Amino acid sequence: MTVLLQKNQSKLGGLLLLLLLVIAGMFASILWGVVDTSWQGLLQTYTHFTGTQEQLVIQQIRVPRALIATAIGASLGVSGVLMQVLMRNPLADPGVFGVNAGASFFVVVAITLFSMTSLTEIAWVAFLGAAVSGGIVYTLGSLGRDGLTPMKLTIAGAAMAALFSSWMHGLLIVNERAMEDVLFWIAGSVSGRKLELLTSVLPYLAVGWIGSILLTGQLNILSSGDDIAKGLGQKTWLIKLLSALCVVLLAGGSVAVAGPVGFIGLVIPHFARALVGLNLRWVMLYAMLLGALFVLTADIAARFVAMPKEVPLGVMTALLGVPFFVYVARKGVTRS
Amino acid sequence: MKRPYFHVRNARLRFSLLLHRQSLSILIGLLLATFAVFVLSTGTGQVSISPLRVLNVLFGAGTAQDTLIVHSLRLPRTVIAVMIGVSLAMSGAILQGIVRNPLASPDVIGITGGASVAAVLFLTKLEGVSIQLLPIAALLGAVLVTALLYLLSWKNGITPLRLVLIGVGLNAATNSLTTLMTVMSPIYLTARAVTWMAGSVYGTNWKVVLYLLPWLVIFLPLAMIFGRSLNAQQLGDEVATGIGHPVQKHRVLLLLISVSLAGAAVAAGGAIGFVGLLAPHIGRKLVGPSMGILLPVSGLVGALIVLLADWVARTAFAPLDLPVGIFTAAVGAPFFIYLLYTNRNR
Repeated sequence: MTVLLQKNQSKLGGLLLLLLLVIAGMFASILWGVVDTSWQGLLQTYTHFTGTQEQLVIQQIRVPRALIATAIGASLGVSGVLMQVLMRNPLADPGVFGVNAGASFFVVVAITLFSMTSLTEIAWVAFLGAAVSGGIVYTLGSLGRDGLTPMKLTIAGAAMAALFSSWMHGLLIVNERAMEDVLFWIAGSVSGRKLELLTSVLPYLAVGWIGSILLTGQLNILSSGDDIAKGLGQKTWLIKLLSALCVVLLAGGSVAVAGPVGFIGLVIPHFARALVGLNLRWVMLYAMLLGALFVLTADIAARFVAMPKEVPLGVMTALLGVPFFVYVARKGVTRS
Repeated sequence: MKRPYFHVRNARLRFSLLLHRQSLSILIGLLLATFAVFVLSTGTGQVSISPLRVLNVLFGAGTAQDTLIVHSLRLPRTVIAVMIGVSLAMSGAILQGIVRNPLASPDVIGITGGASVAAVLFLTKLEGVSIQLLPIAALLGAVLVTALLYLLSWKNGITPLRLVLIGVGLNAATNSLTTLMTVMSPIYLTARAVTWMAGSVYGTNWKVVLYLLPWLVIFLPLAMIFGRSLNAQQLGDEVATGIGHPVQKHRVLLLLISVSLAGAAVAAGGAIGFVGLLAPHIGRKLVGPSMGILLPVSGLVGALIVLLADWVARTAFAPLDLPVGIFTAAVGAPFFIYLLYTNRNR
């Protein structure tokens, strides 16, 4: 594989450039939309707040949205890297794991059967659903002698997704009133989320980020194969378990905040590897920033594609991600 | 001792048929079972009608009240259930034969998804247009996605792995498109679309039966005729070519038949999941992998599954009339997991 950035200096430079781009993306996300806001407005909102409409839009809608997009983008990018290393499978992605379908189903159950309404409670239910469904698919996919294979994993994920989605539709039909409340959630979006929602899951996301970065050294060894890693004295099961835990924290936290947003974990690691090669220390940092940038851009695009309505973010990322999925599948999944 | 099989042959019509006695009796047994469930299901509902009275109505000797209920309310629904079951099951059997993978089914690789996109688009964007055209829209969607799938998986031929993986990817894309359309439309149209997507034969009438019928009349015989070439394809492309089978030609044709059957079924009943996966497996357990007998047996098993599922969905939670798709998925998904488990070392 040809790596775009060879030297360490250029990798560091690239990282700084990406960081600047992410910050620019956040500002763009705050300023552009159905109502355009201005720099002065943004500045004044946080210096002397007077409660004008522009300031309210900025404070209540735009800033939370930009921050949430950045956070879930970074989380999903990193969880994608972790999964692809763990599974040695370039198609691994939290979405392929049925995490999204599970979370959606649990949320619909919570809203229709237990009439839950607070977004924070729903977030926890989504977290639970993501963990349960991810666990089931992981177990199913790793049955058998040769462990986790891409084929078994993909099919197990597809089956669980089909099961969950058909039950979800069933519940929605029985309880039509809940449909309106649920639809915005199951489409996946970062709009209309309160900042408190992010701050309540932020600790978990932060643990996930820091954990993944700390794990990179060990994961570098693990990616040369289980036998070699064991020979070098690594407790491979521990590393795998910790990585899986990080995935649950990151993917579950993202689903909890934004609903099912797929394919970021699949696409981003490939770009990161194309830029900086296979050293996970770099890949992880790049994936974090690239993920954030991707979600910010997709979210801004989602506002303008079908003005004045918004395309759900989950739909945007899926439509951008599927061609890439097909490309990777064509290239061949047997190559690790 | 009697031979375990017999054959029918006509040299001039270039026609031959080899039938196992045991398979034949299974086929007849299934026919009887399907008919029995058909009659029982038709009789159950808010007004209970005994099986004998249902039979009377079917043969034109029922009371006026029974005839009204059966003919206008119950019968279309059970008939549609049978038709959908047969189509989905045969479609699945052919697909599994083509990709030589027991885990393939129209709903996993995006064919049903394509039909759903087109149907939801039709339901939400073309509100005034006659509902009669819905099957055509669904069918178009199914064909389009399949063409795309075939094109994208083609790389010096088709490998089953690539077909399934890319199919799963396309399925995700179609799902997100349907989500997009349901979110972007007014809520009353969304309700219609969601009901349709869950897979339901609620409120069907004879019109639906009539527009589904031509597809079955055309494609079921075609499936039976060309399905047999799948027997050769099971040996691998090289061997099949070697014994004189136009493999790629038949493959396209069979895929077309499979898609048409699935598309028509989806058009009539929405996305009723897992039937296309489940039925051929049960069929293979009953009569083995030879397509000549497997296709009709799978078809009957499919009909039986949808009939039973709809019967339960309609009566178990009365007065709630649940979509049949919930129950086929509830049975199908665990079975799928079991299949994954038994195939784990392959």
